Parts: sequence; C-alpha cells; structure tokens
Amino acid sequence: MMEAVAAIPPFERFYEERRDEIFGYLARLLGRDAAEDAFQETFLRALRGYAKLEHGRHLRAWAFRIATNVAVDERRRSVPTEEPDEIPVTDERPAYAELEHLVGELPPTERAAVVLRYGYDLSYHDIGGALGSSAEAARAAASSGVRRLRRRHS
Amino acid sequence: MTGVPDELDRRFREAAASEGLLDVAYDIAESPIGPLLVAASDRGLCRISFDPEPEHELEALARAFGPRVLRSASPVDRARRELDEYFEGKRQDFDLAVDLTPLPDFQRRVLEELVRVPYGHIDTYGALAQRIGNPRAARAVGGALNRNPIPIVVPCHRIVGSTGSLVGYAGGLEIKRALLGLEGAILPG
Repeated sequence: MMEAVAAIPPFERFYEERRDEIFGYLARLLGRDAAEDAFQETFLRALRGYAKLEHGRHLRAWAFRIATNVAVDERRRSVPTEEPDEIPVTDERPAYAELEHLVGELPPTERAAVVLRYGYDLSYHDIGGALGSSAEAARAAASSGVRRLRRRHS
Repeated sequence: MTGVPDELDRRFREAAASEGLLDVAYDIAESPIGPLLVAASDRGLCRISFDPEPEHELEALARAFGPRVLRSASPVDRARRELDEYFEGKRQDFDLAVDLTPLPDFQRRVLEELVRVPYGHIDTYGALAQRIGNPRAARAVGGALNRNPIPIVVPCHRIVGSTGSLVGYAGGLEIKRALLGLEGAILPG
C-alpha cells in the first residue's frame, strides 16, 4: 500500500484540497485583487506540471512553491497599489497574529518565508523548496522577517 | 480562512479546459433517471456513470486517461444537451465522438458493433457475438457490455438475453427497463 500513499491524486482532488489555502496565501502576499489573477495562474501552472510529477508526495509544498513563484513574478510585473488584506488568523500564535498586518511591508522573500512558517506551519525544508533555497536560508529569511516585524511593531 | 470565490473557481475551471490542459473534464448532468456523471477526453465522450458521486470515478478516470481530471462544464455541454434531448424523446441518435481507446481490443470491437443497434430495437448477446465474428462468445460479450464505460450513448440497454429477458445492467434493471420504455422498444413476453 506504500504506492497508494504516494500516488498522484486526480487533479480535482488536489485542487479541492489546496485551493482555499493557496488563495488565502496569495491574498496575504499580494492583496485580494491581485490574488485573483495569481490564483488562476498558479493552478494553470500546476496543471502544466502535473502530468510530469513522479509521485504524489509533498504536493502541499509543491503548490506553495508554484504560488510563491507566481507571486514573485506578479510583484516584479506590477507596482503594488494596495496593501495586502488583513486576514484574521485564528491559530495559537498571538505574537504572529499581532504582527501579521505588517507582513506586507517585508521584502518578498522574507514575507513569503514568514507567512509560510507562521501562517501555514510549513517546515523550513518545505519553505526552502517553495523559495528555491536551502532550509537554512529559509529559516534565516523567516527569522530576519520576524525581527523586522517586531522592530516595526514596537 | 478565506474561501475561493465561486466566480474565480468557475473561471479557473473554464480556463483549464480552454487551454487544453485536461486529460479528462467531467460534470454532473441531471436526468429523469437520476444525476449522471458525464466525462470527456480530448478525443470524445469517455464516461457516463449512474453513480453521481465523482469520488468513485475520478481515480478510475485518472488511471485510464491521465491524472489531470477536473470538473469543468463546457467540454461536456454538448453531451449534456444531447442527453437532455434523448430523455425528452427528441433525439434518437447521438452525434458525439466517443473515446474507447483505453479499452481492451475485444471490448472495443463489441462496443463499436453495439452502436449500430438502432434506437427502439433490441438484440441479443448471441447475435452481437455473431456479428463480431465470434458466435460462441455470447458470455464474453455480456461481460464487455457490463463494463461499458459509456452507457446510454453506447446502447448496451438494447441487448437482452436470447429469451428476451433483460438479464442485467450495470445501472440496474429498472434503468434498463426505463430506457427501453422511453425508446418504445417492444419486449417479448
């Protein structure tokens, strides 16, 4: 049954499981309006890559990686005209929840690292995958982002 | 948690189909015999299921055609329209391409022959076996029909036992009887 665990699910199932989370992530990074375009582009890219996947492991991190790349492209393309949405965070990290409304001010890599770590609980290994960097670099980006947030907050 | 707005979800599903990125698109069509799952590959209609719960079908579709299986309405619009017309008694022949490529040779030959049995007519497993040049294969023909992936359009409901008994139907004998009744087929006995 090991094979079944790693099997690539039908895209519909992958999409249903990931779409809300990815949309929320993109809204945090880009603001809600830009997130709508980025959302479609993210899942179209996922479809283009889907047939080439060799197994179904790490699909969540894979989806975040694509979304992060799309968000980075989007920000390069456009001058930001709006502040990212303030999305209520209902996890048990009051320190981050208090700081979240400030993440829009962080540089893109730090912003993605902080949101993925504290907003979505991804491991540094997976965040590294999403950012195209090592786990160590991802950890450094997240802690640097959090330090910057705390300085701005105080 | 912010959910994806319905309109955005719909736009993505449309874009995925119009950019040709899907192995299979499917949707649920309402019908007098209950909701049907209707699926199409880029070659044509590839599945009609009486089980409207997609979960049961998605894995099988992904195995047969590829993993990019997504619910998307427009690729199956035409099939849905023709099915509506059929159930309203306004259509006798389907003008739809079908995709039988993943099926074993024997089953494909049986189903291709089956499509020639006209609306409102019935035929027997034995006669169908004869027509594919394999007169002793009536039982194997029955097996091939039982696994027909595109019932209604590939009309396995028109095949009955040599005594005229309905014998069997993947969707249940009630549905077989309803389809033959709709077509005005006269059952012996």
